Amino acid sequence: MTTVDDHKPAGFEDNDQHPVGHGRMLRKEDPRFVRGRGNYVDDVQLPGMLHLAILRAPVAHARLVSIDTTAAEAHPKVKAVVTGATLEGLKLAWMPTLSNDVQAVLVTDKVRFQGQEVAFVVAEDRYSARDALELIEVEYDILDPVVDVRRALEEGAPVIRDDIEGKTDNHCFDWETGDAAATEAVFATADVVVEQDLVYPRVHPAPMETCGAVADFDPVEGRLTLWSTTQAPHAHRTLYAIVAGLPEHKIRVISPDLGGGFGNKVPIYPGYVCAVVGSIVTGKPVKWMEDRSENLVSTGFARDYVMRGEIAATRDGRILGIRTHVLADHGAFNGTAAPVKYPAGFFGVFTGSYDLEAAYCHMTAVYTNKAPGGVAYACSFRITEAVYLVERIVDCLAAELAMDPVELRLKNFIKPEQFPYTTKTGWVYDSGNYEPTMREAMRLAGYEQLRREQAEKRARGELMGIGVSFFTEAVGAGPRKHMDILGLGMADSCELRVHPTGKAVVRLSVQSQGQGHETTFAQIVGEELGIPPADVDVVHGDTDNTPFGLGTYGSRSTPVSGAAAALVARKVRDKARIVASGMLEVSADDLIWDKGSFHVAGDPSAAVTIQDIAMRAHGAGDLPEGYEGALEAQITYNPPNLTYPHGAYICVVDVDPGTAQVKVRRFVAVDDCGTRINPMIIEGQVHGGLTDGVGMALMEIIAFDEDGNCLGGSLMDYLLPTAMEVPDWETGFTVTPSPHHPIGAKGVGESATVGSPPAIVNAVVDALAPFGVRHADMPLTPSRVWDAMRGQARPPI
Amino acid sequence: MQVSMTVNGEEVTREIEGRLLLVHFLRDVLGLTGTHWGCDTSNCGTCVVWVDEKPVKSCTMLAAMAGGHEVRTVEGLAQNGELDPVQRGFMECHGLQCGFCTPGMMMTARALLNENPDPSPDEIREAISGQICRCTGYATIVRSVRWAAAYEADRAEAPAATTTGGAP
Ligand code: FES
Ligand code: FES
Repeated sequence: MTTVDDHKPAGFEDNDQHPVGHGRMLRKEDPRFVRGRGNYVDDVQLPGMLHLAILRAPVAHARLVSIDTTAAEAHPKVKAVVTGATLEGLKLAWMPTLSNDVQAVLVTDKVRFQGQEVAFVVAEDRYSARDALELIEVEYDILDPVVDVRRALEEGAPVIRDDIEGKTDNHCFDWETGDAAATEAVFATADVVVEQDLVYPRVHPAPMETCGAVADFDPVEGRLTLWSTTQAPHAHRTLYAIVAGLPEHKIRVISPDLGGGFGNKVPIYPGYVCAVVGSIVTGKPVKWMEDRSENLVSTGFARDYVMRGEIAATRDGRILGIRTHVLADHGAFNGTAAPVKYPAGFFGVFTGSYDLEAAYCHMTAVYTNKAPGGVAYACSFRITEAVYLVERIVDCLAAELAMDPVELRLKNFIKPEQFPYTTKTGWVYDSGNYEPTMREAMRLAGYEQLRREQAEKRARGELMGIGVSFFTEAVGAGPRKHMDILGLGMADSCELRVHPTGKAVVRLSVQSQGQGHETTFAQIVGEELGIPPADVDVVHGDTDNTPFGLGTYGSRSTPVSGAAAALVARKVRDKARIVASGMLEVSADDLIWDKGSFHVAGDPSAAVTIQDIAMRAHGAGDLPEGYEGALEAQITYNPPNLTYPHGAYICVVDVDPGTAQVKVRRFVAVDDCGTRINPMIIEGQVHGGLTDGVGMALMEIIAFDEDGNCLGGSLMDYLLPTAMEVPDWETGFTVTPSPHHPIGAKGVGESATVGSPPAIVNAVVDALAPFGVRHADMPLTPSRVWDAMRGQARPPI
Repeated sequence: MQVSMTVNGEEVTREIEGRLLLVHFLRDVLGLTGTHWGCDTSNCGTCVVWVDEKPVKSCTMLAAMAGGHEVRTVEGLAQNGELDPVQRGFMECHGLQCGFCTPGMMMTARALLNENPDPSPDEIREAISGQICRCTGYATIVRSVRWAAAYEADRAEAPAATTTGGAP
């Protein structure tokens, strides 16, 4: 035992509580991270390990004429050079995407986006592998690229997906939701109709740790161990079994500590498959770690929706309907990581938090010569785009009606007594109480005061803006009958064992990328069993040591696995009751649970603790008739519905009239994620998402030039917020528990990323109102704001 | 070529390629994987270590250039098994989530406090402005560094009061 000084300086005392269950508690994973003892994929070092590097296409669209690998193979440190032709021989040149499309692992026929994988080298060290890439000679026959999403379906546009038999255009899919005729009827008779074109540009999640893998194939046992940056280790294992034809029980996927994910680590990338092939062909462990530009140009992007929003209302501000047409850029392959029956993800919740008469959306998705992806960056399966659409268009309506944007929202909220509420696009919102959340945000922000300050500043020619957004999210996918990824139902399992001394281990199918699962899940089990969270070990991220489940994305962990953890603990508690009834020699029905112990009804002194019970369950004495021993359980939780967290955000910006620079001065976020397990962790999730929001609203874009060159391929070109661009966040909360979740919790990991961009854009547009600006697209960089101030706002793509 | 330097107080000598970056020397040759790598353009700061007590981005420096110098990494931040107050501050104030940026942030924070024991929130933001965190939104990092500063100020006033307990 080390001597430690547990002094806490004044003003910070609330940081360390020791709840038995829910409450503020320091994270169990932090001691290793602050010592530099995290274990990320790139930290894995195996004896004899080789390094893999990928040659990527320098152009966006080109026929592959020839590849000459002779010189690379002759490099003294090179062990293997693999091309698409080699993979074709192994029937591995193409792999399925998560949306039932296919994607090339290595190019065999044609390059379809800049940065696409063309060949790989396995060498003794990182640098030699890179050296050898330079020695590969590739001849390309350059084709015209399809870059402008609006022109992808034009007659005569080059056909990108000629690998699909009979394909004569770049159409990916059409999708619609809602009732077109009913919506048309509402629009035809409405007093006021407002229309606005909106672009949600392509952005990238850019976790600080890029994607990578270490593959170790044992040819004797036929066993593959794969350390990889995956948010969904079980789903990946099954897909590797299907793609590579390896027996599933011989594959072990380990997702160690992840340096952030944000949806970037949900898909299977060609690089992972290359690492596996590299290990099979060399008989050695092989590491592949992409560099930052590879991450930005080739892995799952987010958004890229070109939307037209229309809203119909009465003159006094009652919203009647919302209609939208969306053009979705899916890149060269449809790699969207969403439930298969939801090609547009959960964009269908674009009716937001409002009680409408009708709604309709029609979407056309197309292929372009850009990297695949679409669902990522904490988007809750495209709810980012949906919330942006509705919260911008509602603000446009407020401007048209000359109504305060808060007043307009308050007037149209779904009322608490209307829950469960079925939206006009068929989503069943489980619960909500919107007005108190909105009012709490107004109180924290000092809304009326801010409006007065703004009026004074406007009179002096200063540009201050106040932006509001209110969102409802739908998170925690299943149930499995509606939602699956490539046929794998969206449900998650959980296993709990209480050891003889009363310490426990809980095994999860979901995987943390920084969300603090080792703490939160220990708290959930602790709350149900009355065991201190410090006594509960959380095991995750290893398919050999955890039960099956679909993984962490779309804010699923707490709504799905959190429910599983609570229910498995209750199952263990029921077993403990049987053991306790034997120990106390009473009927199980006569026992009262006291969070950590059972006592006999009417006699609190006749009690046994969960620890006593655990020892008895494993001990030498007799157990009640029919009880086999041990204290453990397993369950699979198939959620009956999604959970619907909501929140109210208020942003205050100042725009410099001389430079058009936007400064986010204040940001107030009030979130309602139902029951709060660890408020410290929730606040951290919100802070991170708000920072994403500042990035997307003001800085980030993955743009392309007319030749299809990616213009956001490094952190010098793709700007992420630093500590200088973000304010000191102000957070608050309300609590509306989910009625169907065992502990009433809803997801919160993506709420702020979803909810904050419209608040920021609304604030900037509000600041620019004196110039007659009604809308300006993200990212609101100084030059784009400058143009808007001069009446020349233009879309970013 | 041969390079010798002091890393976390220990003398090390290794045979290396002249082009080897310091970050790869620390991670791959010495196995000090607490220092991370996150970009190709010196923007992210996950690789920050100290060279002669000054924070540097170890991806911008050749290992050979560190020859003869003193390097300190996150693994050398705790002294005699006692966590540095900056490490404690990050745990106390939720200054980390995925932990990937954290070693670099803490090395910069420690260097800042050595020069300025009572930094304002703006001074802390400025000090870490060359580093990116995708998870925390920075406010808790600022608070973590303030925790360490306040702790050290308290300790300077009343140095003797220590208690025993389990390592955090
Ligand atoms: S690795 Fe990004 S700055 Fe050094
Ligand atoms: S904690 Fe994840 S990048 Fe900072």
